[in-house]
Amino acid sequence: MPKVLGMKCRECGEEYPTSPIHVCELCFGPLEVVLNWDEIAPRVTRERIEAGPPSMWRYWDLLPVEGPPTVGKNVGFTPLVKAEKLGRELGLNNLYIKNDAVNHPTLSFKDRVVACALTKAREFGYDTVACASTGNLANSVAAHSAEGGFKSYIFIPSDLEQGKVLGTLIYGTNVLSVTGNYDEVNRLCAEAGGKYGWAFVNINLRPFYGDGSKSFGYEIAEQLGWRAPDHVVVPCAGGSLISKIYKGLNELDKLGLIDGVPTKMYAAQAKGCSPITTAIKTKADVFKPQRPNTIAKSIAIGNPADGYIAMDTVRKSGGWADDVTEEEIVDGIRLLGRTEGIFAETAGGVTVSVTKKLAEQGYFGENDTVVIAITGNGLKTQEAVVGKLGQTVGIQPNLASLEAALKTEQLLAGSAS
Amino acid sequence: MAVQVLVPTPLRKFTNNEETVTVAPGTISSLVDDLEAQFPGIKARLTDDSGELRRFVNIYVNEEDIRFLSGKDTAVVDGDAISIVPAIAGGAS
Repeated sequence: MPKVLGMKCRECGEEYPTSPIHVCELCFGPLEVVLNWDEIAPRVTRERIEAGPPSMWRYWDLLPVEGPPTVGKNVGFTPLVKAEKLGRELGLNNLYIKNDAVNHPTLSFKDRVVACALTKAREFGYDTVACASTGNLANSVAAHSAEGGFKSYIFIPSDLEQGKVLGTLIYGTNVLSVTGNYDEVNRLCAEAGGKYGWAFVNINLRPFYGDGSKSFGYEIAEQLGWRAPDHVVVPCAGGSLISKIYKGLNELDKLGLIDGVPTKMYAAQAKGCSPITTAIKTKADVFKPQRPNTIAKSIAIGNPADGYIAMDTVRKSGGWADDVTEEEIVDGIRLLGRTEGIFAETAGGVTVSVTKKLAEQGYFGENDTVVIAITGNGLKTQEAVVGKLGQTVGIQPNLASLEAALKTEQLLAGSAS
Repeated sequence: MAVQVLVPTPLRKFTNNEETVTVAPGTISSLVDDLEAQFPGIKARLTDDSGELRRFVNIYVNEEDIRFLSGKDTAVVDGDAISIVPAIAGGAS
Protein backbone atom coordinates (compact mmCIF):
# COMPACT_ATOMS: atom_id res chain seq x y z
CA MET A 1 0.00 0.00 0.00
CA PRO A 2 1.25 3.50 -0.76
CA LYS A 3 1.87 5.93 2.10
CA VAL A 4 -0.18 8.59 0.33
CA LEU A 5 -3.79 7.46 -0.03
CA GLY A 6 -4.89 10.46 -2.04
CA MET A 7 -5.67 14.15 -1.76
CA LYS A 8 -8.52 16.03 -0.17
CA CYS A 9 -9.83 19.59 -0.37
CA ARG A 10 -9.43 21.48 2.90
CA GLU A 11 -12.40 23.64 2.05
CA CYS A 12 -15.11 21.26 0.82
CA GLY A 13 -13.69 17.78 1.44
CA GLU A 14 -13.75 16.61 -2.18
CA GLU A 15 -11.28 13.76 -2.72
CA TYR A 16 -8.81 13.24 -5.57
CA PRO A 17 -6.30 10.55 -6.53
CA THR A 18 -2.63 11.28 -5.79
CA SER A 19 -1.35 13.56 -8.55
CA PRO A 20 0.50 16.85 -9.08
CA ILE A 21 -2.56 19.05 -8.52
CA HIS A 22 -3.15 21.63 -5.80
CA VAL A 23 -6.57 23.17 -6.31
CA CYS A 24 -10.01 21.68 -5.82
CA GLU A 25 -11.91 21.70 -9.07
CA LEU A 26 -15.17 22.36 -7.27
CA CYS A 27 -14.34 25.28 -5.01
CA PHE A 28 -10.72 26.27 -5.72
CA GLY A 29 -9.80 25.34 -2.14
CA PRO A 30 -6.30 24.01 -1.42
CA LEU A 31 -5.73 20.26 -1.56
CA GLU A 32 -4.02 18.32 1.20
CA VAL A 33 -2.24 15.01 1.17
CA VAL A 34 -4.06 12.15 2.92
CA LEU A 35 -1.62 9.72 4.54
CA ASN A 36 -2.33 6.07 5.21
CA TRP A 37 -2.24 6.31 9.00
CA ASP A 38 -3.46 2.74 9.52
CA GLU A 39 -0.32 1.48 7.93
CA ILE A 40 2.07 4.17 9.17
CA ALA A 41 1.03 4.40 12.83
CA PRO A 42 1.94 0.88 14.01
CA ARG A 43 5.54 1.15 12.83
CA VAL A 44 6.41 4.66 14.03
CA THR A 45 8.07 4.85 17.44
CA ARG A 46 10.39 7.31 19.17
CA GLU A 47 13.14 4.73 18.93
CA ARG A 48 12.67 4.27 15.18
CA ILE A 49 12.84 8.02 14.64
CA GLU A 50 15.86 8.47 16.94
CA ALA A 51 17.69 5.72 15.06
CA GLY A 52 17.14 7.56 11.78
CA PRO A 53 19.51 9.96 10.01
CA PRO A 54 20.29 13.38 11.57
CA SER A 55 18.06 15.09 8.99
CA MET A 56 14.36 15.71 8.36
CA TRP A 57 14.28 12.24 6.79
CA ARG A 58 14.29 10.62 10.25
CA TYR A 59 10.55 11.39 9.88
CA TRP A 60 10.36 9.73 6.46
CA ASP A 61 7.36 7.65 7.59
CA LEU A 62 5.36 10.87 8.06
CA LEU A 63 6.31 12.64 4.84
CA PRO A 64 4.31 12.27 1.58
CA VAL A 65 6.89 10.41 -0.52
CA GLU A 66 6.85 6.71 -1.35
CA GLY A 67 10.53 5.94 -1.88
CA PRO A 68 13.72 7.03 -0.12
CA PRO A 69 14.72 10.70 -0.49
CA THR A 70 16.49 11.31 -3.80
CA VAL A 71 17.13 15.02 -3.31
CA GLY A 72 18.13 16.93 -0.17
CA LYS A 73 19.17 13.97 1.93
CA ASN A 74 20.93 16.16 4.52
CA VAL A 75 18.24 18.78 5.07
CA GLY A 76 16.91 19.61 8.51
CA PHE A 77 17.46 18.53 12.12
CA THR A 78 18.75 22.02 12.81
CA PRO A 79 19.65 23.11 16.35
CA LEU A 80 17.02 23.97 18.93
CA VAL A 81 18.99 26.51 20.94
CA LYS A 82 18.15 27.32 24.57
CA ALA A 83 18.22 31.11 24.45
CA GLU A 84 19.31 32.01 27.99
CA LYS A 85 20.42 35.59 27.37
CA LEU A 86 17.57 36.56 25.08
CA GLY A 87 15.25 34.86 27.55
CA ARG A 88 16.56 37.06 30.35
CA GLU A 89 15.91 40.17 28.24
CA LEU A 90 12.36 39.07 27.57
CA GLY A 91 11.64 37.68 31.05
CA LEU A 92 11.33 34.11 29.81
CA ASN A 93 13.12 31.23 31.53
CA ASN A 94 12.51 28.61 28.86
CA LEU A 95 12.98 30.36 25.56
CA TYR A 96 14.27 28.43 22.55
CA ILE A 97 15.35 29.33 19.02
CA LYS A 98 14.64 26.75 16.33
CA ASN A 99 17.47 27.80 14.09
CA ASP A 100 16.82 27.11 10.42
CA ALA A 101 19.22 29.96 9.60
CA VAL A 102 21.75 27.12 9.47
CA ASN A 103 19.67 24.63 7.54
CA HIS A 104 21.60 22.67 4.93
CA PRO A 105 22.28 23.55 2.14
CA THR A 106 20.83 27.04 1.54
CA LEU A 107 20.35 28.40 5.05
CA SER A 108 16.60 28.63 5.30
CA PHE A 109 13.65 26.43 6.22
CA LYS A 110 12.81 26.27 2.53
CA ASP A 111 15.27 23.40 2.15
CA ARG A 112 12.72 21.24 3.99
CA VAL A 113 9.88 21.89 1.58
CA VAL A 114 12.10 21.64 -1.47
CA ALA A 115 13.67 18.33 -0.43
CA CYS A 116 10.17 16.94 -0.07
CA ALA A 117 8.83 18.53 -3.29
CA LEU A 118 11.74 17.49 -5.51
CA THR A 119 11.82 13.95 -4.19
CA LYS A 120 8.12 13.87 -5.06
CA ALA A 121 8.70 15.54 -8.46
CA ARG A 122 11.04 12.69 -9.34
CA GLU A 123 8.45 10.15 -8.22
CA PHE A 124 5.93 11.85 -10.54
CA GLY A 125 8.46 11.64 -13.38
CA TYR A 126 9.26 15.35 -13.86
CA ASP A 127 12.62 16.46 -15.22
CA THR A 128 12.00 20.22 -14.94
CA VAL A 129 11.11 22.14 -11.80
CA ALA A 130 10.17 25.77 -11.17
CA CYS A 131 9.08 28.16 -8.46
CA ALA A 132 7.90 31.66 -7.68
CA SER A 133 10.03 33.01 -4.90
CA THR A 134 10.93 35.91 -2.66
CA GLY A 135 14.46 34.52 -2.48
CA ASN A 136 14.91 31.71 -0.01
CA LEU A 137 12.85 29.32 -2.08
CA ALA A 138 14.74 30.41 -5.19
CA ASN A 139 18.05 29.53 -3.52
CA SER A 140 16.79 26.19 -2.38
CA VAL A 141 15.09 25.09 -5.60
CA ALA A 142 18.19 26.09 -7.59
CA ALA A 143 20.55 24.22 -5.26
CA HIS A 144 18.47 21.07 -5.06
CA SER A 145 17.87 21.10 -8.83
CA ALA A 146 21.62 21.12 -9.30
CA GLU A 147 21.99 18.27 -6.82
CA GLY A 148 19.16 16.25 -8.34
CA GLY A 149 19.97 16.95 -11.99
CA PHE A 150 16.71 18.75 -12.72
CA LYS A 151 16.35 21.60 -15.19
CA SER A 152 14.97 24.61 -13.33
CA TYR A 153 13.23 27.94 -13.86
CA ILE A 154 13.14 30.40 -10.99
CA PHE A 155 10.82 33.43 -10.98
CA ILE A 156 11.76 36.29 -8.64
CA PRO A 157 10.65 39.91 -8.15
CA SER A 158 13.24 42.21 -9.76
CA ASP A 159 13.90 44.18 -6.54
CA LEU A 160 15.22 41.17 -4.62
CA GLU A 161 18.29 41.45 -2.38
CA GLN A 162 21.53 40.91 -4.29
CA GLY A 163 22.60 38.09 -1.97
CA LYS A 164 19.51 36.11 -2.83
CA VAL A 165 19.99 36.66 -6.56
CA LEU A 166 23.63 35.56 -6.49
CA GLY A 167 22.71 32.70 -4.19
CA THR A 168 20.40 31.45 -6.93
CA LEU A 169 22.50 32.08 -10.04
CA ILE A 170 25.46 30.22 -8.56
CA TYR A 171 23.68 26.90 -9.03
CA GLY A 172 23.39 27.30 -12.79
CA THR A 173 19.66 27.76 -13.11
CA ASN A 174 17.41 29.95 -15.28
CA VAL A 175 16.41 33.03 -13.28
CA LEU A 176 13.49 35.09 -14.57
CA SER A 177 13.50 38.47 -12.85
CA VAL A 178 9.97 39.84 -13.05
CA THR A 179 9.20 43.56 -12.97
CA GLY A 180 6.68 43.54 -10.16
CA ASN A 181 6.19 42.50 -6.56
CA TYR A 182 5.98 38.93 -5.30
CA ASP A 183 2.21 38.76 -5.66
CA GLU A 184 2.59 39.63 -9.33
CA VAL A 185 5.30 37.00 -9.76
CA ASN A 186 2.99 34.53 -8.09
CA ARG A 187 0.08 35.36 -10.39
CA LEU A 188 2.28 35.03 -13.47
CA CYS A 189 3.48 31.63 -12.29
CA ALA A 190 -0.07 30.47 -11.63
CA GLU A 191 -0.94 31.52 -15.19
CA ALA A 192 2.17 29.77 -16.53
CA GLY A 193 1.76 26.77 -14.26
CA GLY A 194 -0.31 24.59 -16.51
CA LYS A 195 1.37 25.67 -19.72
CA TYR A 196 4.81 24.10 -19.75
CA GLY A 197 4.51 20.80 -17.92
CA TRP A 198 6.90 21.83 -15.16
CA ALA A 199 6.79 20.81 -11.53
CA PHE A 200 6.14 24.19 -9.90
CA VAL A 201 7.07 23.35 -6.34
CA ASN A 202 4.77 25.93 -4.78
CA ILE A 203 1.95 25.51 -7.29
CA ASN A 204 1.13 22.06 -8.64
CA LEU A 205 3.37 20.29 -6.09
CA ARG A 206 2.24 22.51 -3.26
CA PRO A 207 0.45 19.86 -1.16
CA PHE A 208 3.64 17.74 -1.08
CA TYR A 209 5.95 20.73 -0.75
CA GLY A 210 4.03 22.16 2.21
CA ASP A 211 4.17 18.93 4.16
CA GLY A 212 7.97 19.17 4.23
CA SER A 213 7.44 21.93 6.80
CA LYS A 214 5.84 19.49 9.22
CA SER A 215 9.39 18.37 10.01
CA PHE A 216 10.03 21.78 11.63
CA GLY A 217 7.35 20.90 14.18
CA TYR A 218 8.44 17.27 14.63
CA GLU A 219 11.98 18.37 15.39
CA ILE A 220 10.93 20.94 17.97
CA ALA A 221 9.01 18.27 19.88
CA GLU A 222 11.76 15.64 19.68
CA GLN A 223 14.46 18.15 20.66
CA LEU A 224 12.41 19.26 23.68
CA GLY A 225 12.50 15.65 24.85
CA TRP A 226 9.32 14.51 23.10
CA ARG A 227 6.92 17.18 24.21
CA ALA A 228 5.12 20.08 22.56
CA PRO A 229 6.07 23.63 23.59
CA ASP A 230 3.57 26.00 25.20
CA HIS A 231 4.01 28.69 22.54
CA VAL A 232 5.53 28.95 19.06
CA VAL A 233 6.03 32.29 17.29
CA VAL A 234 6.24 31.95 13.52
CA PRO A 235 6.83 34.47 10.73
CA CYS A 236 4.00 34.46 8.20
CA ALA A 237 4.22 35.14 4.50
CA GLY A 238 2.05 32.75 2.46
CA GLY A 239 0.80 31.37 5.78
CA SER A 240 1.73 27.72 5.27
CA LEU A 241 4.56 27.14 7.78
CA ILE A 242 2.59 28.06 10.91
CA SER A 243 -0.16 25.57 10.04
CA LYS A 244 2.32 22.81 9.16
CA ILE A 245 4.23 23.16 12.44
CA TYR A 246 0.94 22.80 14.28
CA LYS A 247 -0.07 19.90 12.07
CA GLY A 248 3.27 18.21 12.77
CA LEU A 249 2.81 18.51 16.53
CA ASN A 250 -0.72 17.15 16.33
CA GLU A 251 0.38 14.20 14.25
CA LEU A 252 2.98 13.27 16.87
CA ASP A 253 0.25 13.46 19.49
CA LYS A 254 -2.07 11.28 17.40
CA LEU A 255 0.75 8.73 17.13
CA GLY A 256 1.22 8.77 20.89
CA LEU A 257 4.80 10.07 20.59
CA ILE A 258 4.02 13.15 22.68
CA ASP A 259 1.45 13.68 25.38
CA GLY A 260 -0.93 16.39 24.17
CA VAL A 261 -0.50 19.64 22.27
CA PRO A 262 -1.08 22.61 24.58
CA THR A 263 0.77 24.73 22.05
CA LYS A 264 -0.51 28.18 21.17
CA MET A 265 0.59 29.42 17.76
CA TYR A 266 1.46 33.09 17.14
CA ALA A 267 1.73 34.77 13.73
CA ALA A 268 4.40 37.42 13.18
CA GLN A 269 4.44 39.91 10.30
CA ALA A 270 5.92 43.27 9.38
CA LYS A 271 3.53 46.22 9.63
CA GLY A 272 4.41 46.93 5.99
CA CYS A 273 2.83 43.64 4.99
CA SER A 274 0.40 42.35 7.57
CA PRO A 275 -2.74 40.87 6.00
CA ILE A 276 -2.73 37.86 8.34
CA THR A 277 -1.90 39.58 11.63
CA THR A 278 -4.33 42.40 10.86
CA ALA A 279 -7.17 39.94 10.23
CA ILE A 280 -6.40 38.11 13.48
CA LYS A 281 -6.06 41.27 15.56
CA THR A 282 -9.31 42.72 14.19
CA LYS A 283 -11.06 39.35 14.51
CA ALA A 284 -12.04 39.54 10.84
CA ASP A 285 -13.31 36.51 8.90
CA VAL A 286 -11.69 37.63 5.67
CA PHE A 287 -8.18 38.99 5.23
CA LYS A 288 -7.65 42.00 3.02
CA PRO A 289 -4.79 41.75 0.53
CA GLN A 290 -2.15 44.45 0.90
CA ARG A 291 0.55 45.99 -1.23
CA PRO A 292 3.74 45.07 0.60
CA ASN A 293 6.16 47.77 1.65
CA THR A 294 8.77 46.39 4.03
CA ILE A 295 12.45 45.48 4.24
CA ALA A 296 11.32 41.99 5.28
CA LYS A 297 11.05 40.95 1.65
CA SER A 298 11.13 37.23 2.28
CA ILE A 299 7.75 37.52 4.01
CA ALA A 300 6.31 40.33 1.87
CA ILE A 301 3.31 38.54 0.48
CA GLY A 302 0.25 40.76 0.35
CA ASN A 303 -2.13 38.07 -0.87
CA PRO A 304 -1.24 35.00 1.19
CA ALA A 305 -2.52 31.77 -0.37
CA ASP A 306 -2.67 30.02 2.98
CA GLY A 307 -3.81 33.08 4.89
CA TYR A 308 -7.04 31.43 5.99
CA ILE A 309 -5.28 28.34 7.22
CA ALA A 310 -2.84 30.50 9.17
CA MET A 311 -5.73 32.42 10.75
CA ASP A 312 -7.54 29.17 11.60
CA THR A 313 -4.38 27.72 13.16
CA VAL A 314 -3.83 30.72 15.39
CA ARG A 315 -7.47 30.79 16.50
CA LYS A 316 -7.83 27.07 17.00
CA SER A 317 -4.68 26.93 19.10
CA GLY A 318 -5.64 29.91 21.26
CA GLY A 319 -2.68 31.98 20.09
CA TRP A 320 -2.49 35.53 18.80
CA ALA A 321 -0.65 37.73 16.30
CA ASP A 322 1.31 40.95 16.10
CA ASP A 323 3.31 43.02 13.66
CA VAL A 324 6.30 45.33 13.95
CA THR A 325 7.77 48.43 12.34
CA GLU A 326 10.81 48.54 10.06
CA GLU A 327 12.88 49.89 12.95
CA GLU A 328 11.74 47.08 15.22
CA ILE A 329 12.72 44.54 12.55
CA VAL A 330 16.31 45.80 12.61
CA ASP A 331 16.21 45.96 16.42
CA GLY A 332 15.07 42.33 16.47
CA ILE A 333 17.93 41.20 14.22
CA ARG A 334 20.42 43.04 16.45
CA LEU A 335 18.88 41.76 19.67
CA LEU A 336 19.13 38.14 18.54
CA GLY A 337 22.65 38.71 17.28
CA ARG A 338 24.03 40.32 20.43
CA THR A 339 22.28 37.98 22.88
CA GLU A 340 22.53 34.61 21.15
CA GLY A 341 25.14 35.00 18.43
CA ILE A 342 22.63 34.15 15.73
CA PHE A 343 22.36 36.34 12.63
CA ALA A 344 18.82 36.01 11.30
CA GLU A 345 17.40 37.53 8.16
CA THR A 346 14.76 40.24 8.25
CA ALA A 347 11.96 37.73 8.82
CA GLY A 348 13.83 36.64 11.96
CA GLY A 349 13.98 40.26 13.10
CA VAL A 350 10.21 40.37 12.70
CA THR A 351 9.72 37.21 14.73
CA VAL A 352 12.08 38.19 17.55
CA SER A 353 10.50 41.63 17.88
CA VAL A 354 6.98 40.24 17.78
CA THR A 355 7.97 37.75 20.51
CA LYS A 356 9.25 40.68 22.57
CA LYS A 357 5.98 42.55 22.11
CA LEU A 358 3.91 39.50 23.00
CA ALA A 359 6.06 38.89 26.09
CA GLU A 360 5.57 42.52 27.17
CA GLN A 361 1.82 42.12 26.72
CA GLY A 362 1.83 39.10 29.03
CA TYR A 363 1.02 36.33 26.59
CA PHE A 364 3.63 33.98 28.05
CA GLY A 365 4.12 32.75 31.61
CA GLU A 366 7.74 33.24 32.73
CA ASN A 367 8.34 29.48 32.95
CA ASP A 368 6.41 28.55 29.81
CA THR A 369 8.33 26.91 26.98
CA VAL A 370 8.43 29.43 24.13
CA VAL A 371 9.93 28.65 20.73
CA ILE A 372 10.87 31.31 18.17
CA ALA A 373 10.99 30.02 14.59
CA ILE A 374 14.04 31.47 12.85
CA THR A 375 13.61 30.60 9.20
CA GLY A 376 16.44 32.29 7.31
CA ASN A 377 19.99 33.60 7.50
CA GLY A 378 21.01 37.25 7.94
CA LEU A 379 23.90 36.98 5.52
CA LYS A 380 21.32 36.93 2.73
CA THR A 381 19.67 40.23 3.69
CA GLN A 382 22.63 42.38 4.66
CA GLU A 383 21.12 45.42 2.90
CA ALA A 384 18.59 45.64 5.73
CA VAL A 385 21.19 46.38 8.38
CA VAL A 386 23.89 48.22 6.43
CA GLY A 387 24.66 51.49 8.21
CA LYS A 388 22.67 50.52 11.30
CA LEU A 389 25.22 48.47 13.22
CA GLY A 390 27.80 50.98 14.37
CA GLN A 391 31.21 51.35 12.81
CA THR A 392 34.55 49.65 12.70
CA VAL A 393 37.39 51.40 14.50
CA GLY A 394 40.41 52.07 12.31
CA ILE A 395 43.86 51.75 13.89
CA GLN A 396 47.49 51.53 12.80
CA PRO A 397 49.30 48.18 13.10
CA ASN A 398 51.07 49.14 16.33
CA LEU A 399 50.33 48.88 20.04
CA ALA A 400 50.29 52.62 20.64
CA SER A 401 47.50 53.04 18.17
CA LEU A 402 45.59 50.13 19.73
CA GLU A 403 46.07 51.61 23.23
CA ALA A 404 44.83 54.99 22.07
CA ALA A 405 41.79 53.44 20.45
CA LEU A 406 40.90 51.35 23.53
CA LYS A 407 40.94 54.52 25.64
CA THR A 408 38.39 56.25 23.52
CA GLU A 409 34.97 56.34 25.00
CA GLN A 410 33.43 55.35 21.71
CA LEU A 411 35.20 52.01 21.56
CA LEU A 412 34.64 51.11 25.23
CA ALA A 413 30.94 51.86 24.81
CA GLY A 414 30.92 49.79 21.66
CA SER A 415 32.51 46.76 23.26
CA ALA A 416 30.26 46.90 26.30
CA SER A 417 26.96 46.92 24.46
CA MET B 1 -12.02 43.64 -29.20
CA ALA B 2 -14.30 42.42 -26.43
CA VAL B 3 -12.85 41.26 -23.13
CA GLN B 4 -10.34 38.43 -22.91
CA VAL B 5 -10.51 36.03 -19.97
CA LEU B 6 -7.59 33.75 -19.10
CA VAL B 7 -9.07 30.51 -17.77
CA PRO B 8 -7.12 28.52 -15.14
CA THR B 9 -6.48 24.82 -15.66
CA PRO B 10 -9.14 23.56 -13.19
CA LEU B 11 -11.87 25.36 -15.17
CA ARG B 12 -10.80 24.41 -18.67
CA LYS B 13 -12.98 21.33 -18.73
CA PHE B 14 -15.88 23.79 -19.02
CA THR B 15 -14.28 25.72 -21.87
CA ASN B 16 -13.38 22.74 -24.06
CA ASN B 17 -9.80 23.23 -22.87
CA GLU B 18 -9.73 26.77 -24.26
CA GLU B 19 -7.16 28.80 -22.36
CA THR B 20 -8.66 32.13 -23.35
CA VAL B 21 -12.32 32.99 -23.87
CA THR B 22 -14.11 36.26 -24.64
CA VAL B 23 -16.97 37.93 -22.80
CA ALA B 24 -18.92 41.18 -23.19
CA PRO B 25 -17.89 44.34 -21.30
CA GLY B 26 -19.74 45.18 -18.08
CA THR B 27 -18.65 44.28 -14.57
CA ILE B 28 -17.03 41.26 -12.92
CA SER B 29 -20.53 40.12 -11.92
CA SER B 30 -21.85 40.33 -15.47
CA LEU B 31 -18.66 38.64 -16.69
CA VAL B 32 -19.37 35.67 -14.43
CA ASP B 33 -22.95 35.48 -15.76
CA ASP B 34 -21.70 35.74 -19.32
CA LEU B 35 -19.26 32.88 -18.67
CA GLU B 36 -22.09 30.82 -17.22
CA ALA B 37 -24.25 31.45 -20.33
CA GLN B 38 -21.41 30.26 -22.54
CA PHE B 39 -20.11 27.47 -20.32
CA PRO B 40 -22.89 26.16 -18.08
CA GLY B 41 -21.69 25.08 -14.66
CA ILE B 42 -18.70 27.38 -14.45
CA LYS B 43 -20.41 29.96 -12.21
CA ALA B 44 -20.89 27.51 -9.35
CA ARG B 45 -17.14 26.99 -9.29
CA LEU B 46 -16.45 30.69 -8.94
CA THR B 47 -19.19 31.75 -6.54
CA ASP B 48 -20.73 30.26 -3.41
CA ASP B 49 -24.42 29.66 -2.71
CA SER B 50 -25.01 33.30 -1.82
CA GLY B 51 -23.49 34.48 -5.10
CA GLU B 52 -20.29 35.83 -3.56
CA LEU B 53 -16.95 35.00 -5.16
CA ARG B 54 -15.34 32.06 -3.37
CA ARG B 55 -12.55 33.10 -1.01
CA PHE B 56 -9.87 31.13 -2.83
CA VAL B 57 -10.72 32.68 -6.21
CA ASN B 58 -8.54 35.60 -7.29
CA ILE B 59 -9.61 37.74 -10.24
CA TYR B 60 -7.38 40.31 -11.89
CA VAL B 61 -8.31 43.07 -14.34
CA ASN B 62 -5.25 44.05 -16.37
CA GLU B 63 -3.01 42.50 -13.68
CA GLU B 64 -4.77 44.34 -10.84
CA ASP B 65 -6.46 42.33 -8.07
CA ILE B 66 -10.17 43.29 -8.07
CA ARG B 67 -10.03 43.50 -4.28
CA PHE B 68 -7.93 46.64 -4.82
CA LEU B 69 -10.58 47.89 -7.27
CA SER B 70 -14.32 47.53 -6.66
CA GLY B 71 -14.59 43.78 -6.13
CA LYS B 72 -17.29 42.15 -8.22
CA ASP B 73 -18.63 45.59 -9.21
CA THR B 74 -15.32 46.41 -10.91
CA ALA B 75 -15.96 47.70 -14.44
CA VAL B 76 -14.66 45.70 -17.36
CA VAL B 77 -14.30 47.46 -20.71
CA ASP B 78 -13.39 46.51 -24.26
CA GLY B 79 -9.76 45.50 -24.49
CA ASP B 80 -9.38 44.54 -20.83
CA ALA B 81 -7.54 41.33 -19.98
CA ILE B 82 -9.05 39.34 -17.13
CA SER B 83 -7.26 36.57 -15.32
CA ILE B 84 -8.84 34.06 -12.94
CA VAL B 85 -6.25 32.52 -10.64
CA PRO B 86 -6.54 30.05 -7.78
CA ALA B 87 -4.75 31.18 -4.61
CA ILE B 88 -1.19 29.92 -4.67
CA ALA B 89 1.42 29.27 -2.07
CA GLY B 90 4.03 31.67 -0.87
CA GLY B 91 7.64 31.41 -1.82
CA ALA B 92 8.58 32.46 1.66
CA SER B 93 7.69 31.52 5.19
